[in-house]
Amino acid sequence: MTKVAIVGLGYTPPRPLTPDVSYKEMIYEAAVKSYHDANLDSHRDIDGFVTCAEDLIEGTSIFDEYTPDQLGAVQKPMHTITGDTLHGLAAAVMNIQTGLMDIVVVESHSKASNIKTYPHIINYATDPILNRPLNFHPHTIAGLEMQNFLSHTKTTLEQCAAVVVKNKKNALKNDLSCYGARLTTREVLDSPLTFSPLTQLQMADHIDGAIVFVLASQKIAKKLSKKPIWIKGCGWISDSPTLETRNWNVCEYARLSAKMAYKQAKIKNPKTQIDFFEVDDTFSYKELQHLEAIGVYKEGTAGRACLNGDLDPDGKTPVNVSGGCLGVGSLLEASGALRTLEIIKQLRGEAGPRQLKKANTALALSWRGIPSTSGATIIFSRK
Amino acid sequence: MHLKGTAISKQDLDSGKVLFTRGDPHAHYTWDTGIGIGRYLEGLRKGKIFGTHCKKCNRTVIPPRAFCELCFSSNIEWRHLKDTGVINTFSICYVSWDAQRVQTPYLPAVIEIDGASKGHGILHLLDEVDPKLIRIGMKVKAVWKRPEERTGAITDIQYFKPY
Amino acid sequence: MGTKGKVAIVGAGMTRFMRRAQETPKELAFEAVRAALDSAQMTLGDIDCVIHGTAPDAFDGIHMKGEYLLDGSGGWQKPYMRGYVGGGTGVFAPIQGWYHIASGMFETALVVCEEKMSSCQPHPQGAFLTIFDNMTERPLKPNLLWIFALEMNRYMHTYGIKLEDIARVSVKNKNNALHHPAAQLGKEITLNEVLNSEVLAWPVHREMVSPTSDGACAVILASQKRAKKITPKPVWITGVGWNLDTSYWTNRDLAYPQYVENAARMAYKMAGIREPKKEIHIAEPYDPFAYKELHHLEGLLLADKGQAPQLTADGVTARTGNLPVCPSGGLLGVGNPIAAAGLMKVCELFWQLRGEAGARQVPGKPHTGVAQAWGDLMQVGTVITVKN
Repeated sequence: MTKVAIVGLGYTPPRPLTPDVSYKEMIYEAAVKSYHDANLDSHRDIDGFVTCAEDLIEGTSIFDEYTPDQLGAVQKPMHTITGDTLHGLAAAVMNIQTGLMDIVVVESHSKASNIKTYPHIINYATDPILNRPLNFHPHTIAGLEMQNFLSHTKTTLEQCAAVVVKNKKNALKNDLSCYGARLTTREVLDSPLTFSPLTQLQMADHIDGAIVFVLASQKIAKKLSKKPIWIKGCGWISDSPTLETRNWNVCEYARLSAKMAYKQAKIKNPKTQIDFFEVDDTFSYKELQHLEAIGVYKEGTAGRACLNGDLDPDGKTPVNVSGGCLGVGSLLEASGALRTLEIIKQLRGEAGPRQLKKANTALALSWRGIPSTSGATIIFSRK
Repeated sequence: MHLKGTAISKQDLDSGKVLFTRGDPHAHYTWDTGIGIGRYLEGLRKGKIFGTHCKKCNRTVIPPRAFCELCFSSNIEWRHLKDTGVINTFSICYVSWDAQRVQTPYLPAVIEIDGASKGHGILHLLDEVDPKLIRIGMKVKAVWKRPEERTGAITDIQYFKPY
Repeated sequence: MGTKGKVAIVGAGMTRFMRRAQETPKELAFEAVRAALDSAQMTLGDIDCVIHGTAPDAFDGIHMKGEYLLDGSGGWQKPYMRGYVGGGTGVFAPIQGWYHIASGMFETALVVCEEKMSSCQPHPQGAFLTIFDNMTERPLKPNLLWIFALEMNRYMHTYGIKLEDIARVSVKNKNNALHHPAAQLGKEITLNEVLNSEVLAWPVHREMVSPTSDGACAVILASQKRAKKITPKPVWITGVGWNLDTSYWTNRDLAYPQYVENAARMAYKMAGIREPKKEIHIAEPYDPFAYKELHHLEGLLLADKGQAPQLTADGVTARTGNLPVCPSGGLLGVGNPIAAAGLMKVCELFWQLRGEAGARQVPGKPHTGVAQAWGDLMQVGTVITVKN
């Protein structure tokens, strides 16, 4: 199979509000930086483009219409993936592996601040006949899942709070973060109860921003970049969409998408073969649930590991050194892009004060959020 | 070939023979207009139509934009365009946006704005014209709302009319 | 740009297209998938990945519609992805299936397209308002008919095309659809009936517009190695192309779909087709409105600019003509459940090239075909070429 690398990245600094620029202008800024980073002579050298977006998040039906101009993609092969950035990256990898394209760009963004009725929008993703008439806030589903996770794995509330403490602390060293803080587990647990057992501080807040990556085939990647970061494996899986038939005890999208990626990347023992992890932490417990599902920790042990400091930047298995969604903020479908961005910086040795000593291979895991059971895993490597 | 699928009528729903649930979307947004469209709308509030010019492509476009989508440069100049133009194409539409029939037809048109490069127009409406007499190539002029009624929106121009 | 590994279509299935279906969107998708699997004598266990296509979420009032539909589409615990290029999605979805397999990552792919437009009340037109630019167009309360009427008028003006020239497409396709078991609007209709039908948005008449529909379609794709084990009659995907033009549609030449030409050239190059007029035996261009079939025949380089109406008048594009165009009956006749309608065109080529199109079968044992869809703000072209 053709090897594929990320050779360029560009982004706008994420902020909770971005009233000064339109989404097009925000994406343009990220694209110009990304193409420069990839040493492209011109945007005309790019063979294909992918945007990751959902209509109701944008507030525009057929949002695909408004994607080409700000990427220099006018009259080029371009399509939208209604998925997280990691899904978009997987699509770009496949485009290149067919041999049809050498350079493909993946864009994702969030203008979450422009959505005035976000809970209603998410509610439209629940079943219109069986769930919506019950009229519960969609985040209740996270409460249900967390309750089940705690009871099934014997993970404690304090362990979940420790995830928040760690990620918000990590975020203080990340100049992109919007929600870095020094907190104690007590403060996290004493914040207002939202969707029991979740408390306010255990839920990621939304931010605006755009991130653009340039991917290239092996042949081109080595010409363009001194530090290409290779995509060694990518997996994406969806479990049952209905609340009534999903297996609440097993996070199948994480387990199976990681399995798919491990197979491609020839990884037998993720804990020893992968140096650090950037996994979705939209809600505190999600980080622990994901780490257990992808086989880095056995069921019921990730929480203790977090409390012991094993997931810290200087621990055995650093997780969300970037600060994660809890510390940096959630970029909606571009959250996977934030995970990827941190990994590229670390693997290139450009992570500044957060730079890990050992950074050769890393794993990104994204989740499409409530009420979905869709997620994707990508494994990156310096070699 | 036997194909599945059960066609039902509106009556089946109205009579309760086929059940359904109802939902009204509560989807609201406040879109940031940004630099390009922000200034365009600000111009409209002042009764002026602005475009942008890309020196590299030698192209003046409307709606204005902060960067040229063709050469991908942000090196653009703002240009004050005229509030007159030429009809590039038009329609006489007897259906409203939600598919209701209307007596007085809407007259949407693409209007190439004078001062912009050839073929560069905007979507707007025509009025004060007999629909039968509208022609492609006809010269038209903006009819503005009174200054105090303008809000910085595309509707600050009420419509275009022949002149 | 030679690509690795050939990909074939090995199975196809669809539901009836209808104004209003009792089935839920998931059930429609299920019926199409079931029919496609049965046609290839396969089970869901034989499927490596699932690609879903469906148009705006606003129709159904369902956010993340791809996720909602995934169990009906057979995507449970599989790599499942929804690509999206507006109205062009129906032909893009099999292109996406092609790249899943041609990448070497998968051996088989299930491609499902579903649309249920009747859920949107009082009329799905209301949902189309939100496709226009939120800042510069939506305040004018546009509807979808506007942009078609504006484009049609410009096309007619540029090449001196008459209404009769365009109405002939409706006559041909609606009559063709009489033989399609899924058809919603197959009927014997005359040129005068089309021309005398209600003017919705001049120059668009009612009988020149495809209906709103509910329905689903599915195809199964397989790698060369697997295809030969599944069926003795695989239909090979020889070329794929897709292309997206600028969002600023009021800055474009509306008389010619350059983006369709770009997509067609991409597909023809891959397929090694140098003279499409001679080498293509059947065409299924996208025909949501009558003039679009003509517009697209020109973009597909099957007719010179402004000359497609003459081909229709001369009977070249009739089912028995030299270049049968929309022998299925197209969107005008079979119906237009948006993404499913595009995939219906690929299904039609599959059946025609296998000689399984029954009463619709074009004479002369065709070997090659092209299907095309179009969408967004008149800006996307998706093209697929196949051979038996």
